[in-house]
Parts: sequence; C-alpha cells; structure tokens
Amino acid sequence: MAIEVPHDQALTPAEPARTLIHPFWVRLTHWVNAVAMAVMIGSGWQIYNASPLFPFAFPPAITLGGWLAGALLWHFAAMWVLAMNGVIYVVLGVATGRFRRMLVPIRPSDVLADAKAALARKLSYDDLSIYNAVQKLLYLGVILVGVVIVLSGLAIWKPVQLQELAALFGGYTAARYVHFFAMAAIVAFLVIHVIMSFLIPKSLRAMIIGR
Amino acid sequence: MSRIRKNPPGVDARLLVRDAAKLMPDPTRRLFLRGGASLGALAFLTGCDIIDGASAERVLMKVSYFNDRAQAWLFNPDKLAPTYPDSAVTRPFPFNAYYSEDEAPEVDGQDYTLEIGGMVDNTKSWTLEELYALPQETQITRLVCVEGWSAIGKWSGTPLREFLRRVGADTRAKYVWFRCAEGYSTSIDMATALHPQTQMTFRFDGEILPRKYGFPMKVRMPTKLGFKNPKHVMEIAVTDKYLGGYWEDQGYNWFSGL
Repeated sequence: MAIEVPHDQALTPAEPARTLIHPFWVRLTHWVNAVAMAVMIGSGWQIYNASPLFPFAFPPAITLGGWLAGALLWHFAAMWVLAMNGVIYVVLGVATGRFRRMLVPIRPSDVLADAKAALARKLSYDDLSIYNAVQKLLYLGVILVGVVIVLSGLAIWKPVQLQELAALFGGYTAARYVHFFAMAAIVAFLVIHVIMSFLIPKSLRAMIIGR
Repeated sequence: MSRIRKNPPGVDARLLVRDAAKLMPDPTRRLFLRGGASLGALAFLTGCDIIDGASAERVLMKVSYFNDRAQAWLFNPDKLAPTYPDSAVTRPFPFNAYYSEDEAPEVDGQDYTLEIGGMVDNTKSWTLEELYALPQETQITRLVCVEGWSAIGKWSGTPLREFLRRVGADTRAKYVWFRCAEGYSTSIDMATALHPQTQMTFRFDGEILPRKYGFPMKVRMPTKLGFKNPKHVMEIAVTDKYLGGYWEDQGYNWFSGL
C-alpha cells in the first residue's frame, strides 16, 4: 500500500471498494434470482407449449412441470420468489446507490467503443468493480425487461382484476406477446451472461465469494 | 386464433390413470408432476436429487392453496370484466374440452331438469321451460383458457345470483358446486357466484346454446378461467364443503380467477 497518499484520495475509501466487488446482498439476490428465473423460464416454456404463439414448441426435455398443470404450479410458486427477490434487489440497488454508481451514465459512444473493443478482444476486465459501457447497458436493460416481464405476467394472470394494467399492454392477447418477447430478451441476455462468466472466470468467482 | 382445439393425445390414458387413482390413498394419488423430465430438470437446476416427486408436489400444492387465498383477497366483487361490441365476437367460437366435439354429451331438453341441492330453502328441480322464463341478460366477454388462448363470445342467460336468491340459497356458504352431464364437475367461491356477470347461460350468440357449448345450460363467469365455466350443468349445490373439481383434482389451481 502506498504510504504517501494525496489528501483528496485518502478521503475516498477506494481500497475496500476494490477488494469487495459484490456485497453480500447482491450475491444472494443474484443467485436466488438465477434459480427463480430458471424455474420461471422452464415452466413458462411448458405453459407456452399448451397454446403456442408461434409455429414452434419448446422441446419437452428442457421444460419444467411435465404437463400444463405441473408447469403452472411451478410458475405460480416461483413467481413469488422472483417478485419478492426482485423488489429487494431494486430497492437496495437504489437505496445503496449501487445502481447510480455502477450502471449510469451510459453513453452511446462508449457502448459502441466498448463493444468494438470487446469483439476485438481488447477490452480490459482487470477491474471488475467498474462496469464497461456494454455491461452497464445490458445490466440496466435486463432489469428493465425484468420489470416488463413481471408486469405483463400480472396482466395475463389477472386480466379482469388488473384490466387497467392489461390495457396498458394493449389487452390480454398483446400482453402474452410482450411476456414472450421479454422472456426471449432475458434468455438472450442469459446466453451472453453465462458465456462471459466462463470466459472471465474471476467474474464468476466474484459473484460467489464477493471478490 | 385457431378454430378448434382438441386436447393433446394421451387424454384417455390420463382418464384411466385418474380413475385408477381414485382407488388409491390420497398422498399417492396426487402425482401432478408427470414424467421424469420435470424432476430431472429440477435436479439439473439445483444439482441435487434429494427433492423427490412427492415432497416437491406437497410444497407446490401448499403454494397453490396459498394462491387460492391470495386470489380471493385480490378478487373485487364489484369489478366487471371488460365487455366488447358484437363485431368483436370470435366466430366461429373455439370448442374446447377433454373430449372431441362429437363426444360432447347429448342432453334431451324435454327430460332435462336442473337439480338443486345443499344449503338452499327450495330444492325443487327446474325444467328448461321454467329456466327459460327467468329474466335474461346478454354479455359479450372474453373467455380465457388455462392453455393461454382466449376468445370473445356472446352469452345470454340469468345472473346466477338472481337464481340463488330465488331458491333461497344461504349466501354465507363458502362454495357453489356444479355437476355436469359428462361427469365433469367444478366448484367456485361464493363471491364469484354472486358476481353480477356470473351467468346461467341458455343462449350463445343469439341461438339456443348448442350442444358443443354446453346445451342446455352452462355457467359463464368472465372472472374465471374457461375450465371453471361448466357446460351441460345438471346440478347446482350450495355447500361449505370443499369439493374441488375435475381439473382441480388433477393439479390445476382451484380459484383460477382472472
């Protein structure tokens, strides 16, 4: 550790922030969300198969629940975990300032530059506590999609009691499409997210042990 | 919107299993999570095999009962389902059941009587003629199937609450139960039975209710999923006893409110 530290830097607790990348609440909500998401997606695919919106069905082997009733039981159980965990995550993300500190601002020019650098394998992943612009965009984006998938799900579940919400999505049928495309966006995010965690294993370690 | 939806193949096997299951004690009977795929997937997700089918199911059913209560709490007895113009009616309207259209029960309107039972003052059964003489109203509402698809239909008949008043039903009872000609049954909460749009339906889209849509009478409730709307209703009973229903006993959520 440097002995001579300029006065203004000494006042900012830069050192703890660098060692602990993800506080406990981030790791906990991340992994609870991971399990809840997997259950929601697997059972959601089975539910989709009962009345597909498009001319394809999901292979039964990658769905959860065995048949429609089983899938609905899983879906309407995991939804509580997903929603409550999501609320805790967003509240703490805002309250602790983590979202403000780590996810914004996002400048389009930075996103383009970082995306180019990432594809050219020139992007640095040395400091995991600072997100690059592509990460910021994807993390903030998937949080917003998460809000949309929960709200559209509520609209499909309760198109009479929550008919104003369903109307916001353009009605019951439109809400089903919104729910589907939100799922597709989350799955696309997941593909990139999981690949990146294997390409940069220390990022996976950081999400498990925090540093 | 596809025109006609049939149940997937394997329904007969399901019925057979269900009939056999009736003979078994309760815990073994409730095996909703069919196929190894469901639990295989769970083991894959969690990396553990310790969750066996029966205990996973017990937990899921507990949550489903909790969801019944959550939905009852969310249910606003004064909130009306959206209604639509005549031009919005889905024509032809989809047929859906666990049997094919030509297997739908044929009820003779001349001999038909609606049986009334349970916590009511007057258990006199009703002929079709007497039922047709009741005040009628029409609703154009959306039917939402548990499978996800929906269709807009035009149903005419008598509000169930008006009928329940006439037979002197004890509306403090918890449930109203319906028995149907084909052996189908379902039950609903009293709050939904008294909802202004819950209707004893005798006509569909201006015609006498056709066989495929439940002749001579179905019960239409736009605040519940389609399978909670019984067709070919032969008996209505007001009761405090939970009697479940055909699909509910196989794992579908009982309340299934919209």
